Amino acid sequence: MKKVDPEKLEKLRAQITASREKEKTCITICGGTGCHAYGCEEIAEIFKNEIKKQKLGDKIDIRVTGCHGFCERGPIVVIQPEGIFYQRVRKEDIQEIISKTAVGKEVIPRLLYKDPQKGVRIEKEREVPFYKKQKRIIFGRNGFIDPTDIKDYIALDGYKAVSKALFEMRPEEIISEVKKSGLRGRGGGGFPTGKKWEICREKDSSVKYIVCNADEGDPGAYMDRSLLEGNPHSIIEGMIIGAYAIGAGKGYIYVRLEYPLAVKNVTLAIEKAREYGFLGESILGSDFDFDISVFKGAGAFVSGEETSLMASIEGRRAFPRQRPPYPADKGLWGKPTNINNVETWANVPLIVEKGAQWYSRIGTETSKGTKIFSLVGKINNTGLVEVPMGMTLREIIYDIGGGIKDGKKFKAVQTGGPSGGCLPADMLDQPIDFDTLTRAGSIMGSGGMIVMDEDNCMVDVARYFLKFTQEESCGKCVPCRIGTKEMVEILTRITEGKGEIGDIKKLKDLAETVKNASLCGLGQTAPNPVLTTLRYFMDEYIEHIEEKKCSALSCKELIVYYIEPEKCVGCLLCKKNCPVNAISGERKQVHVIDQDICIKCGACLDVCPPKVSAISKYTGKDKEKILEQHNRKKTKK
Amino acid sequence: MVNILKKFKPEKKELIHILHSVQEAQGYISPEAISEISKYLNISEGEVYGVLTFYNAFTLEPKGKHTITVCMGTACHVRGAASVLDEFSRRLNILPGRTTEDKYFTLETVNCVGACALGPIAITDGHYHGHVSTRDVKKIIDDVSKEEGKKKKE
Repeated sequence: MKKVDPEKLEKLRAQITASREKEKTCITICGGTGCHAYGCEEIAEIFKNEIKKQKLGDKIDIRVTGCHGFCERGPIVVIQPEGIFYQRVRKEDIQEIISKTAVGKEVIPRLLYKDPQKGVRIEKEREVPFYKKQKRIIFGRNGFIDPTDIKDYIALDGYKAVSKALFEMRPEEIISEVKKSGLRGRGGGGFPTGKKWEICREKDSSVKYIVCNADEGDPGAYMDRSLLEGNPHSIIEGMIIGAYAIGAGKGYIYVRLEYPLAVKNVTLAIEKAREYGFLGESILGSDFDFDISVFKGAGAFVSGEETSLMASIEGRRAFPRQRPPYPADKGLWGKPTNINNVETWANVPLIVEKGAQWYSRIGTETSKGTKIFSLVGKINNTGLVEVPMGMTLREIIYDIGGGIKDGKKFKAVQTGGPSGGCLPADMLDQPIDFDTLTRAGSIMGSGGMIVMDEDNCMVDVARYFLKFTQEESCGKCVPCRIGTKEMVEILTRITEGKGEIGDIKKLKDLAETVKNASLCGLGQTAPNPVLTTLRYFMDEYIEHIEEKKCSALSCKELIVYYIEPEKCVGCLLCKKNCPVNAISGERKQVHVIDQDICIKCGACLDVCPPKVSAISKYTGKDKEKILEQHNRKKTKK
Repeated sequence: MVNILKKFKPEKKELIHILHSVQEAQGYISPEAISEISKYLNISEGEVYGVLTFYNAFTLEPKGKHTITVCMGTACHVRGAASVLDEFSRRLNILPGRTTEDKYFTLETVNCVGACALGPIAITDGHYHGHVSTRDVKKIIDDVSKEEGKKKKE
């Protein structure tokens, strides 16, 4: 029997630590989905085979870990205990890493990260600018843990908090500690977690449920997935503590269908936790029983909304319903239910173990702790970053994110997914917490942070999000079902150059109506991308409507592709790559695009050598001139 | 079908789990399957149909031999995923969500696979292609057929 009690757990922890020589070299390979896409699986396999072949097993450990966060630079390999950070590792580098670094303790400069600003190569993971300003209390352990091995989690003080909660604290004390910590829900709403637990605890019912909302549907946000994949036990531990505090006997983890690796790792972690007696009957020998099931979602964005999520678990269509009654009153199968997001649950063990006082020192007055953001889009260092609440956007985007790609100009950052908004450059020095984002018309949401540059059209971005929510609207209530559709139609019309000046007022009216009259969070927040772009980027709307112009050169209907005759060298590249044969011209002669055939796919622009860069995009009056010229030539012929 | 149903309790809350299993085993939910499930759970066929059509995971038509999925997440969108999707759609001559007449390709979109650093992303039969531009599309499609040719030879 593997089942442990608090005493046996500490013994086991001591055993694991003793069996692991601290100084033993360990090659850790990031196994997050980003690195998977880069082919880390094969790399890990080759490492393992080589270590076996060279009989280095007693000198070197190999560990495939959770996501390290710096997805831009995958596949990532870190050599511990030194923390030597290798990025963009290829199969061909493996032999050298083993012989030189793992055995010889010699660093391979070529594989190190090069600071693009200072031009120096950086050896240690913690010194890379991307990591330096972060405070990775939740996410940091990912890099040391093989999510399929519960011992790795136990070695890093795992399940210590459960032991403390069950044997040294009363449920009320836990709730009071979570309240004092100032933890607020990381799923979007920002409701105080301790308060939520208290409400559910006070309900008189012999059956209560807790749920972990892992239906991370916001496009561009993937921190919950990386936590579930990389450190599933931290979430399970948080749920056990929550269940004990609330008095729930059963928990569900509702995972998004599109995250197969998360489903796999968390399912395995639950089995392991049962084996060791962290889940099931008499947890750690106490009189508390609790177990967790994984529920695989079926691909509906609206199921991230709590009442929809519960409907889905019950086997129904994920329709939201009116609140109140809140889930704490009538949740799953009519019983009191407490729902928290993945990241919220992952915060709980830390608060219990280290205390509310320690926790509440991090962050701002009203938003405590850290927040994991997925920093994506037109940014140099794409990845997951964990920072204390209150850090400014500028620090996140420039110091950690390394600024905008290809030296372009920052235009906006979109936070909070389809429920959030776009913030302009003059908001860069705002400290980021729940309240400043809400005041700015956006929301914290689950933590997506999509950076946009001068090439992104804000009307198009608003249209993109509205199209998203319109497609994902469940259709139950009229304002959301019809309102989002109307807004998409207006926005599409504007991006196609068919907008009328009255459209802006119509958009505003619709947005207000949908916001105020929709049944659930999906509809109530759906207009945010429209409202914020109208608030901060009104000039772009006006330009689209009045001048039929898209300055970002993004809206297809408002631009033309044009080959600059004085630059074109007649290399035939664009002609060969044009999928619709719209380009004519002989070798060493200027090529011409037939505007009647061109589908504006941009393939010519992609292939034109940067030295030549003969292909330009034009909009507004310039576009009209080119079309006129084109038509004149055609009629002449 | 019987073997799949056997694995679940005849309770309504199992419906989505059952649909997942059927979709996985048969590639779609056939009218026969709907009827079997409704009998097993003692609910109407309409209810089974209502639930399965609500969720993107379930399809009423068999999919093509190969699935090409284009990520339409925000990070991919701002890097030009719409043009990439258009190009796949144009080359395969089908709209997103549809299957080619020869049942060889199904073109799908997904709202985010969470590999945003690699955007725009296309996934062919579970294999990820990162930083896809319109000019890569032809090769990605060709490679799927080539890969199959290779497997056949082996």
